[in-house]
Amino acid sequence: MRGATRVTWAFGCVTAVTLAAAACGGGGGGGTTAGSSAGIVRAFWTDPQNPLEPANTNEVQGGKVLEMTFRGLKRYNPDSGKAENAVAQSIDTKDQQNFDITLKKGWKFSDGTKVTAKSFVDAWNYGALVTNKQVSSYFFEYIDGYEDVHPTDESAKPKAKTMSGLKVTGERTFKVKLNQKFSLWPDTLGYAAFSPLPKKFYTDHESWLKKPIGNGPYKVDSYTKGQAMRLSVNKKYSGPDKPRNKGVELKVYTDQNTGYTDLQAGNLDIFDELPAGQLKNAKKDLDGRYINQPAGILQTLSFPLYKKEWRTEKAKQVRRGLSMAVNRDEVAQKIYHGTRKPATDLTSPVIKKSGGYKPGLCGETCSYNPKKARKLIEDAGGLPGGKVSITSNVDTGSHRQWMDAVCNSINNTLKKDGACSVNPVPTFGEFRKDIAEKKFTSLFRTGWQMDYPLIQNFLQPLYYTDASSNDSGYSDDRVDKLMNEANAAGQSEAVSKFQQAEKIVLEDLPAIPLWYQDGNAGYSDRVSDVRLNPFSVPVFTDVRVK
Amino acid sequence: MGRYVIRRLLQMIPVFIGTTFLIFVMVYAVGDPVNAMFGDRAPDPATAAQLRAEFNLDKPVWQQYLLYMAHIFTGDFGNAFNGQPVTELMRTAFPITLRLAIIAIVFEVVVGIALGVITGLRRGRPVDSSVLMMTLVVISVPTFVTGTLAQYLLGVKWGWIQPAVSPAAPVGELLLPGLVLALLSLAYVTRLTRTSISENARADYVRTAVAKGLPRSRVTGRHLLRNSLIPVVTFLGTDVGNLMAGALVTERIFNIQGVGFQLWQGIVRQNSPTVVGFVTILVIVFLLANLIVDLLYAVLDPRIRYA
Repeated sequence: MRGATRVTWAFGCVTAVTLAAAACGGGGGGGTTAGSSAGIVRAFWTDPQNPLEPANTNEVQGGKVLEMTFRGLKRYNPDSGKAENAVAQSIDTKDQQNFDITLKKGWKFSDGTKVTAKSFVDAWNYGALVTNKQVSSYFFEYIDGYEDVHPTDESAKPKAKTMSGLKVTGERTFKVKLNQKFSLWPDTLGYAAFSPLPKKFYTDHESWLKKPIGNGPYKVDSYTKGQAMRLSVNKKYSGPDKPRNKGVELKVYTDQNTGYTDLQAGNLDIFDELPAGQLKNAKKDLDGRYINQPAGILQTLSFPLYKKEWRTEKAKQVRRGLSMAVNRDEVAQKIYHGTRKPATDLTSPVIKKSGGYKPGLCGETCSYNPKKARKLIEDAGGLPGGKVSITSNVDTGSHRQWMDAVCNSINNTLKKDGACSVNPVPTFGEFRKDIAEKKFTSLFRTGWQMDYPLIQNFLQPLYYTDASSNDSGYSDDRVDKLMNEANAAGQSEAVSKFQQAEKIVLEDLPAIPLWYQDGNAGYSDRVSDVRLNPFSVPVFTDVRVK
Repeated sequence: MGRYVIRRLLQMIPVFIGTTFLIFVMVYAVGDPVNAMFGDRAPDPATAAQLRAEFNLDKPVWQQYLLYMAHIFTGDFGNAFNGQPVTELMRTAFPITLRLAIIAIVFEVVVGIALGVITGLRRGRPVDSSVLMMTLVVISVPTFVTGTLAQYLLGVKWGWIQPAVSPAAPVGELLLPGLVLALLSLAYVTRLTRTSISENARADYVRTAVAKGLPRSRVTGRHLLRNSLIPVVTFLGTDVGNLMAGALVTERIFNIQGVGFQLWQGIVRQNSPTVVGFVTILVIVFLLANLIVDLLYAVLDPRIRYA
């Protein structure tokens, strides 16, 4: 690699002279010598969409950095997805609503300041306050007093600056009061939005954003927006997962294909956003240095239950029929080359059976059975209005391709050419707008990427009456009641209650489960021990550099 | 001359306002960028309202436009949605793309005109037909094919270069992308020069020059080429703008973090301040490049005078 660069530079100097252009030394790229990149993992990155504040980051690329630079009270085990204590010593409750939290001793931020109860409480208050415009504010919605700092009404001003449910009781202890019973709440605390923040975050926000300071295994050395971020080992890190490499360099790529080419040329070590077109060949191209692991993402097709014609008993039968008309296996293999698995429940394999994943819960409704599908739909008097359409944004995720395939599958099942049509929407923003305005009259795509690996997160935000992402307008008293009970029950009982609720949802079928999405990544022969966590973020601390 | 320049500069004002307004309306008419910031979920209305207020998205479009223009005249292009000032993005992106464009233009001028002169003077000979064939091939193959192919062969297969350009984008690493970017226009420059040269080679003033006994190089360089360059200069002038804006494909292939990249990302993320800001600058570049071309006519052809 080094030799090649030097040659091109030399060539470049000659041209530079003839052009009478800028001096050649400027191209040194920060004067990297062969020694400085030894032991450093070079990984694919794209510019994070929002500023890198923990409660303002909701996509994988920003999440990558937070996973390296922050540790919250809990951390999700990269293998099992189980929430395990990180900074927390203990989180105790008697009534599933009031929690006593004690922190471990000795945790420090990379700037040397201590991680205290106040670091958490202040950070959470900051994340929840509506005027701070944090996109992940809703994570704090279960804390008592959230309504005061974050009113639902768009024009209302916050009544308070801090949540009444948070009380610091000592340097390493604080109390949390929730506004409802929520037994699984401690397990949500592994999400990055719950990270502690050092004092500098408030006192010198500008420079903090330029170079975030956290308490994770790595610290940020330099960050050039739109180009690269260099991270090195945080020597003050107290967690058990100390990095096995000397640091990470995140390189911003403008195009996935270029990233892939760079991986093949040996200029990049970890590449976790393989372009769809390369999936077919990736395994062969990379000599098996390719991983494909479940991610906490479920794709579903929702029905607009807010429209009368889709709410009837007969329509329910049609919904079931349509679900049986979809050939999930074929799409998963032919279009996604095995990076999607046919879905048979409403959760994800990521949360494991112990966490509530139950393959086959959907039963025959989710298996391809064209004969029965046709019979169900015909018995119910055919499709509402004689035809259906499928709507989705088509700017990412090969959505256009699978929609065509699913529509074909439905047309073939019903032996009618125009029974199903595809309605592509150019951008995700527009699509989201139409969903928010409840504009759809027929099927539309709904994808769900989990916030934390809990069955609650796959069900409550989507199927509880008027929940934040209940896009189909589904509402069922039995489901609401079971979810309330689950939240009040102990942790193990909660899972089975949620599964009962899930069973009812699957019978009503406001949304057809389509497939579980996998995360995938390729890596160079320079590194080993590469794997992805349940959020499809590479576990950088484990990676060894040869 | 001076008055002409002033008149042209004044004419730019309505063009500038018109284009920026059109771009502004087009960018803001598509979807809701705040919605897209929340990922695959319904945005929380209170936070979304705050964000809209911050970026003035809650006001009617004409008002947003006026606010935006007022800021621009104070040198403030607003902030991208990740909080970074657009001017900062411009400071890193434009020098890189400018470097790339200059490299491309040098290729076009040096190689294109040289080939054009050679083929123009040797019409119908084997050199002429083979170069013509080559330009035809170049024109018919799209840039992303030549780009990806060159990148794969030189970068991965033979390992001569790094397939991706580093963030600093030094001139050496930009040579191949510059060549790829230039290829298409290079072919056109060759063809334009060739036609022009071969036409003018039979002109009276050339015959006179030869009859005066001037050396061949002087006839070709001073008399023939200078007069034949007018169409080529026109083409190059418009091409400057094209190279700056149209480098999008090349920049993506070689991971060059220039104007094309910022525009692309701005469009994908519906980051309207970035898109409008960059396009505004590009509009200015186009307008100025055209002015310079018109002024160059006078230099090349003494018959053209601007009052």
